[in-house]
Amino acid sequence: MSKFSLKINGKTQEVDVDENTPMLWVLRDHLKLVGTKYGCGIAQCGACTVHLGDNAVRSCQLTISSVGDQEITTIEGLSENGDHPVQEAWLEVDVPQCGYCQAGQIMSASALLKRNPSPSDEEIEAAMNGNICRCGTYVRIKKAIKTAASATQNA
Amino acid sequence: MTLVKTKIGRRSFIRTSALAGGGMMVGFSWLASCKMTPEEVNSLPKEWFEINGFLKIGDNGMVTIMSPNPEIGQNVKTAMPMIVADELDVDWKNVIVEQAPLNLDVFQRQLAGGSQSIRAGWEGLRMAGATARKMLKQAAAAAWEVPENEITTSNGMIYHETSKKSAGYGEMASAAALMEAPEEVNLKEINDFTIIGTDRLNVDGPKIVTGKPLFGIDVQEEGMLTAMIIHPPAFGKTYKSMDAESAKSMPGIVDVFPVEVYPEGVEKQWSDGGGIAELVAVVGESTWQCMQAKKALKVEWESPSDLESTASYEEDLEKLIEAPVEAPARSDGDFNKAIKGAAKVIERTYSAPFLAHNTMEPMNFFANVTADKAEVKGPVQTPEFLEKTLSSVLGLPIDKIDVGMTRMGGGFGRRLYGHFGVEAAVISKKVQAPIKLVYTREDDMTQGTYRPAYKVRFKAGLDKDNNLIAWSVKGVGTNDDLVFEDRFPAGAVDNYLAEKTSLQTKITTGAWRAPRSNFMAGAEQSFMDEVAELAGKDPIEFRLELFDRAIKDPVGPPEKNDYDPERYAGVLKLVKEKSNWGNTNDGKARGVSAYYCHNSYVAQVLDLTMDGNKPMVDKVVCAVDCGIVINPISAKNQIEGGIIDGIGHATYSQMTFEDGVPQQQNFDSYHLIRNSEAPKQIESYFVDNGIDPTGLGEPSLPPVIGALANAMYKATGKRVYKQPFILEKEIVG
Repeated sequence: MSKFSLKINGKTQEVDVDENTPMLWVLRDHLKLVGTKYGCGIAQCGACTVHLGDNAVRSCQLTISSVGDQEITTIEGLSENGDHPVQEAWLEVDVPQCGYCQAGQIMSASALLKRNPSPSDEEIEAAMNGNICRCGTYVRIKKAIKTAASATQNA
Repeated sequence: MTLVKTKIGRRSFIRTSALAGGGMMVGFSWLASCKMTPEEVNSLPKEWFEINGFLKIGDNGMVTIMSPNPEIGQNVKTAMPMIVADELDVDWKNVIVEQAPLNLDVFQRQLAGGSQSIRAGWEGLRMAGATARKMLKQAAAAAWEVPENEITTSNGMIYHETSKKSAGYGEMASAAALMEAPEEVNLKEINDFTIIGTDRLNVDGPKIVTGKPLFGIDVQEEGMLTAMIIHPPAFGKTYKSMDAESAKSMPGIVDVFPVEVYPEGVEKQWSDGGGIAELVAVVGESTWQCMQAKKALKVEWESPSDLESTASYEEDLEKLIEAPVEAPARSDGDFNKAIKGAAKVIERTYSAPFLAHNTMEPMNFFANVTADKAEVKGPVQTPEFLEKTLSSVLGLPIDKIDVGMTRMGGGFGRRLYGHFGVEAAVISKKVQAPIKLVYTREDDMTQGTYRPAYKVRFKAGLDKDNNLIAWSVKGVGTNDDLVFEDRFPAGAVDNYLAEKTSLQTKITTGAWRAPRSNFMAGAEQSFMDEVAELAGKDPIEFRLELFDRAIKDPVGPPEKNDYDPERYAGVLKLVKEKSNWGNTNDGKARGVSAYYCHNSYVAQVLDLTMDGNKPMVDKVVCAVDCGIVINPISAKNQIEGGIIDGIGHATYSQMTFEDGVPQQQNFDSYHLIRNSEAPKQIESYFVDNGIDPTGLGEPSLPPVIGALANAMYKATGKRVYKQPFILEKEIVG
């Protein structure tokens, strides 16, 4: 076991875990931030997506020892009051069905819009292809990303 | 107005009481239809009259509607309260929706499945709202000393126009609770609905998009340990022995032991299907530590009987479809004679593999079992049955077992089978601690209650004028007999023969979104397309001719035919109009399909272009007849989801076996449809007919597979008969 100091959602958090522990389980089991979801454990489904700095990463493959002093943002920290443009667009378009994958979808979408505020259909598909939605809300996911993009640009 | 009874004979659908802090509570039986005759009512099981829905009106006027059904993504938690709120005549923004409490004796737990929640709940939910509204009016009439029939309501307010008196519902709620519940109430006219038929956003949306703990896998309790299982690696293998010493000494590991989940003599329920009798359990402080210990464990398994493989199933299904069956499921006219005299004959065979459910939230359950009671909770669609099994397995009376339901990260039928709840309970009992059992994705994918593998053969004959005179269907499935003998085109063809049989296998199978229909629709509608082509007729016109026959001169007793040909034809006509069929579609390949299942009618026109051998769906136009649409924005979401699910599984997905071992164990080898493979556009249209509503969780999935296959034929000139239509290794382009 080793002690780590992590910057998560703007706060410093201390944990004492094995250095190979993936951030997914540090978040869920040790820090009780359960908004980040387990789906496959092999970076194939995107349910565990968080931001490392500004980039969307699969937290099931991100070991705690590789984080260093980089800032981690989870769905709980994406916005103070659930009012990030992507979250608002998700509500407006009424995207979720079961809802389980949506935190990961939102984290991938918000990272995409940060680096590309006006993505094309192809760019959306490329950025979102790593996030499986078993309920099949893909058409709405695309629509919500466009809604968020135009809301951000008009703001 | 429709008058409905709240009481039939000695049985009442309603119970009212005052709330301790002021206000009223109305309990109601949401599954019972108040339109039934006393005879029908008396023939129903007593439990149907138990109070299982509640609405509370607080003295501040806020209305709380407790939704009795678990939420698996079909959004009944929004739709069902909308129905109550409309009849109650309140402002939707003053309505709070809660998951109903689970341990009330009066609460009859219900099952989510078969797209039945809205259909079954419609009458009871309306009656509950209307009853509360009437009692509020009665209370106001008494307080103001005016006749009740002069009282009106609007948006949570009560008015008496001549005396200019008014009051909010909250002010009258305590007095209303003391009124005698009316024996009959008026329901609104359909045209007077203000909430039903309007778009209302998912009530749990804000919690979902902010990552609040909603799901079973999110459960955290004081002192809770994590548990994982190792199940046999192959269907047909059983536990023999293990060397647990090194795993037990790993960091954070509390215990490793074999566990009998279903000891001999235990009374199992149907919902225990897929449950394995003996497993290995790993219990530890954290999920990651348990995963590491699982990898380190060496478990020996034995094979008491033969192990089965996909190749052998395919052979056995082929043999079965060739073999004669004892008696047909339905026979009209004389199929064999008619086919001999037919001018043209066509025969085609279709097949589909096993499929895993792959809910995004893997199976999991919390359990805290002590010597004298058990508390379990998690994502399960059948809590009542789990409770019964637990009673038998743990040797505890039912009233010492508390089963709680959480939101479910997808169901698709998988969570009807609650063996993971039993596993959690026996593990908790053994370690004498609260535990949360979590399956890895691999555990989840390889211990399935899979969609069965299927094969179906159709044969049809046309006369010299290209009229369909003979149709036969023969279906086989693993542990399932596939054919719905009374569905279309039964009733529309003079000489009709339906046969079915099943193949027993060790691979556990069960309900998977739209059971049987999920394969039959695609096969039947592909065949229908080929028959129409053989007849030289437009595929929509060909189907409409058959429906016309079933309307005007049905074959066999019309009540035997399990569909309404006018509603069936109605969705085809609507999709024809909305898709601009036969005119322009920008050079895309186009296919049509229509199917009826789970009480709703769906027709689709699908446009695609091929990218190499991969179908890229540009657009699906979908016409639906599910009667009254409660919440259009959410209804369309269900339709879109079913379409994407159907296209994805038929095109890409399969579960295969070698010597009993599932060959796909995670999403690297099991291809689920992804964002770029989904249709670019889906348009949904509803038939507006004012008929009582039916469900939407399943009906859009089955037909789209036919529309896809028919469009692929238009694009490539080749028919597809075997699912998945393309295999991963064959993807080109």
